[in-house]
Amino acid sequence: MKKFNKVIGAAVAAAMVASAVAVPAAAEEGTFKIGGIGPVTGAAAAYGSAVMNGAQIAVDEINEAGGVNGAQLEFNPQDDEHDAEKSVNAYNTLKDWGMQMLLGSVTSAPCIAVEAEAVNDNMFLLTPSGTAVECISGDNAFRVCFSDPAQGTESAKFIGENGLATKVAVIYDSSDVYSSGIYDAFQTEAANQPFEIVASESFTADSKTDFSVQLQKAKDSGAELVYLPFYYNEASLVFQQAAGMDFAPLWFGVDGMDGILSVEGFDTSLAEGVMLLTPFSASAEDEKTQSFVTKYQDLYGEVPNQFAADAYDGIYILKAALEQAGATADMDASAICDALKAAMQEITYDGITGTQITWGADGEPIKAPIAVKIVNGAYEFM
Amino acid sequence: MITYAIVIAAFVIMQILRGTGHISSLFEGLLVPICVYVILAVSLNLVVGISGELSLGHAGFMCVGAFASAFFTKCAQNAIPVSGVRFALAILIGAVVAAVLGVLIGIPVLRLKGDYLAIVTLAFGEIIKNVINVFYIGRDVNGIHISMKDKFSLGMEADGEMLLNGPQGITGIPKDSSFVVGFILILITLFIALNLINSRDGRAIKAIRDNRIAASSIGINITKYKLMAFTISSALAGMAGALYSHNLATLQASKFNFNTSILVLVFVVLGGIGNIRGSVIAAVVLTALPELLRGLADYRMLIYAIVLIVMMLFNWAPKALEWRERYLGRFFKKSAKEGE
Amino acid sequence: MSFLSYLINGISLGSVYAIIALGYTMVYGIAKMLNFAHGDVIMVGGYAALTMMLSLNAHPLVGVLVAIVVCTVLGITIEAVAYRPLRGAASPLAVLITAIGVSYFLQNVVLLIFGSNPKSFQSVVPLPDLKLADGALTITAETIVTITSCIIIMIVLTTFINKTKTGQAMQAVSEDKGAAQLMGINVNKTIALTFAIGSGLAAVAGVLLCSAYPSLSPYTGSMPGIKAFVAAVFGGIGSIPGAMLGGILLGVIEILAKAYISSQLADAIVFAVLIVVLLVKPTGLLGKPIQEKV
Repeated sequence: MKKFNKVIGAAVAAAMVASAVAVPAAAEEGTFKIGGIGPVTGAAAAYGSAVMNGAQIAVDEINEAGGVNGAQLEFNPQDDEHDAEKSVNAYNTLKDWGMQMLLGSVTSAPCIAVEAEAVNDNMFLLTPSGTAVECISGDNAFRVCFSDPAQGTESAKFIGENGLATKVAVIYDSSDVYSSGIYDAFQTEAANQPFEIVASESFTADSKTDFSVQLQKAKDSGAELVYLPFYYNEASLVFQQAAGMDFAPLWFGVDGMDGILSVEGFDTSLAEGVMLLTPFSASAEDEKTQSFVTKYQDLYGEVPNQFAADAYDGIYILKAALEQAGATADMDASAICDALKAAMQEITYDGITGTQITWGADGEPIKAPIAVKIVNGAYEFM
Repeated sequence: MITYAIVIAAFVIMQILRGTGHISSLFEGLLVPICVYVILAVSLNLVVGISGELSLGHAGFMCVGAFASAFFTKCAQNAIPVSGVRFALAILIGAVVAAVLGVLIGIPVLRLKGDYLAIVTLAFGEIIKNVINVFYIGRDVNGIHISMKDKFSLGMEADGEMLLNGPQGITGIPKDSSFVVGFILILITLFIALNLINSRDGRAIKAIRDNRIAASSIGINITKYKLMAFTISSALAGMAGALYSHNLATLQASKFNFNTSILVLVFVVLGGIGNIRGSVIAAVVLTALPELLRGLADYRMLIYAIVLIVMMLFNWAPKALEWRERYLGRFFKKSAKEGE
Repeated sequence: MSFLSYLINGISLGSVYAIIALGYTMVYGIAKMLNFAHGDVIMVGGYAALTMMLSLNAHPLVGVLVAIVVCTVLGITIEAVAYRPLRGAASPLAVLITAIGVSYFLQNVVLLIFGSNPKSFQSVVPLPDLKLADGALTITAETIVTITSCIIIMIVLTTFINKTKTGQAMQAVSEDKGAAQLMGINVNKTIALTFAIGSGLAAVAGVLLCSAYPSLSPYTGSMPGIKAFVAAVFGGIGSIPGAMLGGILLGVIEILAKAYISSQLADAIVFAVLIVVLLVKPTGLLGKPIQEKV
């Protein structure tokens, strides 16, 4: 068997050396190559898939309408399994493909790792949904969504300024970068607001099915409002279990909560009255949102969530910036990056995740947060 | 000797390709992770193959090595500006901390046998991951602050810097790892592993694996030798962790879960239990395989799973071995002669 | 009062672990292999029942029956294709790794068919929850059904293995495959039957898991699978009453650790307790002591 393994090993090694040898990416005439990185398999696959779908719709729309500066767009989505190491591999694959700019990564920790590589290469990076502060630490990186601290701070302000409650409980995922990042900022801002955090309970990725203890503690603490800075999947379980124990406080969520109404089979009456800060509402009546939602449903059979919307806007933001910079498809990645860095700070963008969005040199979007409330199974602006 | 030759030849080929610019970015980026997994696979093989104990918590030692070394680098970033010296120290610290933990865990664990030992190593791996997840360490003008609750309770000054931020881990680690360092570490690992196997101590360890009672009856100290293999394996895994953490800008404990331990075990079993060269080859092949399959888009991980099952059946099933012997036997004899 | 309520929650969680652990321990006890794909068979069971109920509007009971059939067939197929060829391989680890391959395979097939978005499961239990002490304590109907099923399964399995001829054959195979074959037992058939039963149990466990915690994604099975594996070892792997006991204890410890020590460290505490138990009783709570042969 050892002999056999040697033969197999030699054959595979030969194949790999062959594949390792670089094939210079043939620069196709007149296309902008946009790379996308996000989890399409693994536990976070729902978020990555939504981003890839949303981005693809935008790319197809733009191409149908004649492209950008006379050039077509080409979008190449790569899977990273929500793992920093795999995300860097995906980034390198895209570089071999001839990527000129990057939409990604979708999740925070992988995005930080990819961003460190992208800074070195001077590759332009726009993350649709990487919320950690460090995701855009370089001057080449921008984002579409709010950062974790911005969300936590805005949530605390919103609760305090609207006098929603005086006693607040928080349940958060202490093993998750996104959730704990928002919690840190929320807790810091809460000190300046006229409410008190009476209970802060956490769960981890390994035990995120049973929330009975956290809910019981929140209930016993007399909290009038429970803040839930995590994703809709876990939130659907929280609402179900709270209903089972007759605990009905005000619920307040963040953008990760968006999507709860489209969980197949979920009893939306459980989410009645839930408030959340979200940049996107699939039930908004403006023309852009409606056309996007209809297309998404036709193609993928689901109501899009904010991940898809952020990615859709992300592609259009790239288009706006490319046009502002007058970039052409034959420029190399570094030249495009330099041009886009300046252009991003000049554009004002109106999309489905916000209007009049502008960017500062730090890469953070400047836009107003939107608070919605779930009424009769649909969002209502507050 | 052949193992060294293969590794050195691979290194030389890669360096030539890199030097002449004929290597794809993907492969260039994969070189360090491949080194990490090769070291992990060889180190786990010492426990699984040579010592004959199933360990399901190997990622825990890698985790400790990764965090200890990255933490040191963050602390010493200003004190030791020379990255080479700092990284060498970081690797050493990663290995030593992991070795100490290996001894501490090994003493109780090695009293157990078989699947019960496996589950306890799994448990320790998970405990390490969970415990690192609750540490918050920050530094400001007043010194170092440590909390096990959250960032807020550190009570840091506004200009303080987070060194280890609970589940958000360590970010902003300088990229000190390189293929050359990885290659040197592989050679060190192989040197340690192969020397151990062929030494008097190694034969004692294998004797315990083959027959515990017979070994103890001829005066071999079972606990001592088992602990020796376990500790060396942990130290090497810690070293791999240090290499891993200095390759990416970000480090989270959640990476070092059960699945990572299992992945390394897959390398060991596929490469051949107790076969160091097999571990090296299997680690390289299985690290590169999912990346080479990227062209398959959505079907990538599905095909990967099928390939894994087929390779296992082909390499291990008695029927497949018989079939290979019959139809491919002559070819092997020939190639074996050429190889030796 | 809150202690009682935590205790009840712990038992609810534990009963889910217990019912998964029963399947684990059954397969381990007879075939002597850790079937890491067990958690994913559970997930497939959940999807099978959900598809019946959601798309075809079938009665929940029909959904459960279909799930059992699907999982049983799946279990037999997996055993025949991926595990049986490796019987007699040089190391028992080979089949462990194949099981992991099967686990990846099942996750990715389901991911491709049903997509990555989690689905909300409708409970198959039509009964109301049990309220005690003026509503301060709630025992969910799912918990009652799960515990009842656990006990029934435990009794039936124990009787089956100890009293029937097939059961005796299973025991013989688990003791010594070679000797069993000499006694005229068809080893392959017996092990296939074990997988069929184990996978059928996985379907029941899947449906009850999803009824208690109604969120289903392609990765739903993996974490409960590992926890149940721990529970099975806790109780003494291979021992059927041990699996039940281990599961319930694991759930109770997890919930109480969350409630009274630290919710962040609850998993670490569960594993620490497991280590202590195994160090004191190296074969689990109800496991048979290993006899060393000279």
